[in-house]
Amino acid sequence: MKEHVFDRYLRPEKLKTMWCPGCGNGIVLQAIIRALDESGADPDKVVVVSGVGCSSRAVNYLNTCGLHTNHGRPIAYATGVKMANPALTVVVITGDGDCTSIGGNHFIHGCRRNIDLTVVVVNNDNYGMTGGQYSPTTPLDAMTKTSVYGSYEPPFDVCELAAGAGATYVARGLTYYPVQLKNVILNGIRHKGFSVIDAMSDCTSLYGRLNRLGDAPTMMKRWEEKAVPLAKARTLPPEALAGKIVYGEFVRSDARREYTEKYAEVIRRAQEV
Amino acid sequence: MQGDRILTGNEACTLGALAAGMNFFAGYPITPATEIAELSSELLPKRGGTYMQMEDELASIAAVIGASTAGAKAMTATSGPGFSLMQENLSYGMIAEIPCVLIDVMRQGPCQGVATVPAQGDFMQSRWGTHGDHPVIVLVPNSVSEAYTETIRAFNLSEAYRTPVIVLSDATLAHMSEKVRIPDVSELTIVNRKKPTCDPKDYLPFSNENHQIAPMASFGDGYRWFVSGIVHDDTGFPVTNRPEAIRDSLDHLLGKLRDHLADIESYEEYRAEDAEILILSAGLVSRSAKSAIDRARARGVRVGLFRPVTLWPFPEARFSALCARAKTVMTVEMNGGQLAEVAAKYVDRDQTLRPVTQNDGTIIRAETIFDAILEVC
Repeated sequence: MKEHVFDRYLRPEKLKTMWCPGCGNGIVLQAIIRALDESGADPDKVVVVSGVGCSSRAVNYLNTCGLHTNHGRPIAYATGVKMANPALTVVVITGDGDCTSIGGNHFIHGCRRNIDLTVVVVNNDNYGMTGGQYSPTTPLDAMTKTSVYGSYEPPFDVCELAAGAGATYVARGLTYYPVQLKNVILNGIRHKGFSVIDAMSDCTSLYGRLNRLGDAPTMMKRWEEKAVPLAKARTLPPEALAGKIVYGEFVRSDARREYTEKYAEVIRRAQEV
Repeated sequence: MQGDRILTGNEACTLGALAAGMNFFAGYPITPATEIAELSSELLPKRGGTYMQMEDELASIAAVIGASTAGAKAMTATSGPGFSLMQENLSYGMIAEIPCVLIDVMRQGPCQGVATVPAQGDFMQSRWGTHGDHPVIVLVPNSVSEAYTETIRAFNLSEAYRTPVIVLSDATLAHMSEKVRIPDVSELTIVNRKKPTCDPKDYLPFSNENHQIAPMASFGDGYRWFVSGIVHDDTGFPVTNRPEAIRDSLDHLLGKLRDHLADIESYEEYRAEDAEILILSAGLVSRSAKSAIDRARARGVRVGLFRPVTLWPFPEARFSALCARAKTVMTVEMNGGQLAEVAAKYVDRDQTLRPVTQNDGTIIRAETIFDAILEVC
């Protein structure tokens, strides 16, 4: 019998996952697994690095090398791993709070350096593990445990942030479209440079419940209304995109030199002196 | 490279690290540690190593630990405020048992304090700066020559015991020049972490039987191991619901040092054998103490020095034995009395504890210590 891709990449003894029923993390994890498999990377040479939060627990289930780090710091740890051995395929799994709040500085500097990491931001609009507080991506006026009168902080757009800071591959995918999500993660892994995938996911038991978005299938179906592919969005006037989430590939550029390659040049230069 | 050289303390730390095999440095500029970064940025690429200037100190120590998991011998250097920022991820290196070296060039005061002058205010931060019960090895050189040899020893201990090791220098030691004898490479003892040789499916990256140190694979060499900051069993995966497993895991962190104190501890005794006044002092200021001791001895005062080079774990067996013979224990340090608090543990009611502290950014002079000795003898 042919081995299933999950048999190669999961640690069955660590299952089942700790995630709530209906959570999007499982869909993101399978997209990462399929993307890694299609990339042809040798699992012995894959290091998956994560921070702290529900989605960061994904590394516990993966049969690759795993580095489960401190809150907000996975990109900084991953940078050290990649520089110590540039031959490794390094994937970072992080959440919206982990990446854009406590880890915001590491995130923008990773983008600026353009080091070859693939960063999957599992974006569920709130801090799930601590019980549903607002994060830097919580939509304005949304209900969370720390914004009981509606969130009053304007949210970050993860893709705009990444593009502005210099990431050379920036895309958004949705758990509602798992094949598209897998494809953008795969393109991120194949891209030589800093890749950011904003993976829109649903937190059903906290964000969904607090905002009366219905059960998991109902929450997923709302993406049919809410999500607009980039090609279509480009044809629409700005007012038609109010409250919508645009998904697709925003940046895919080879214009900037990847960091480990640039550093190899520094070594050559130093050794010539 | 070998032979006598005139170096500053910061240069000696850098060259010692390179001699020990450092091939990765990540840091963030801070006075008075910056020259370690500068020299590393020049010398590492020449040897094919990596220098990275990170966005802050949190990232610096994180990158150092990350690099170590991929096989690098990695170091960072900082000073008080940066050391505080590193405390968070330092705890990761401790619980995940990842070797690395951190040099803290101490400067004066809390906060920005006085960035350019020496102090010894981080004795306790180096012991208890990060959260939770944790193991720590801290080395305090008192000369440029020792800055070189103790940085090598810091790497050796970190590799042998799979733990971060801290070297405490200070602003004066960092910038003063002294003769250092650089030995030939063949004379150096360099310890590298044990690597696993077993079948990957049998690999237990955190086995802790009898507090022995488990071999450590590097990411990429065929062992798909898992590293976590969560309390874990010998496989590295979390155990958070079994009290006995939590206990064993945390006990190993302390036990692996406790069971190897003879190898880890190092200290100097100077005219201490018959001392009625025993001085406890570490780092550069201990040299002022020695000079004061010589002058007092010339007057017939039985005074001597106990200088921990390994400040933590504190070499308490030997110190308490010497203490027991003394009438007075005097601590000499450039802070408000951190060593005095340590010494107080070993001083009985019929003995006197006399702290000599100076917290003004200048090195305590021998005269000050000499006067204090005369006051108590």
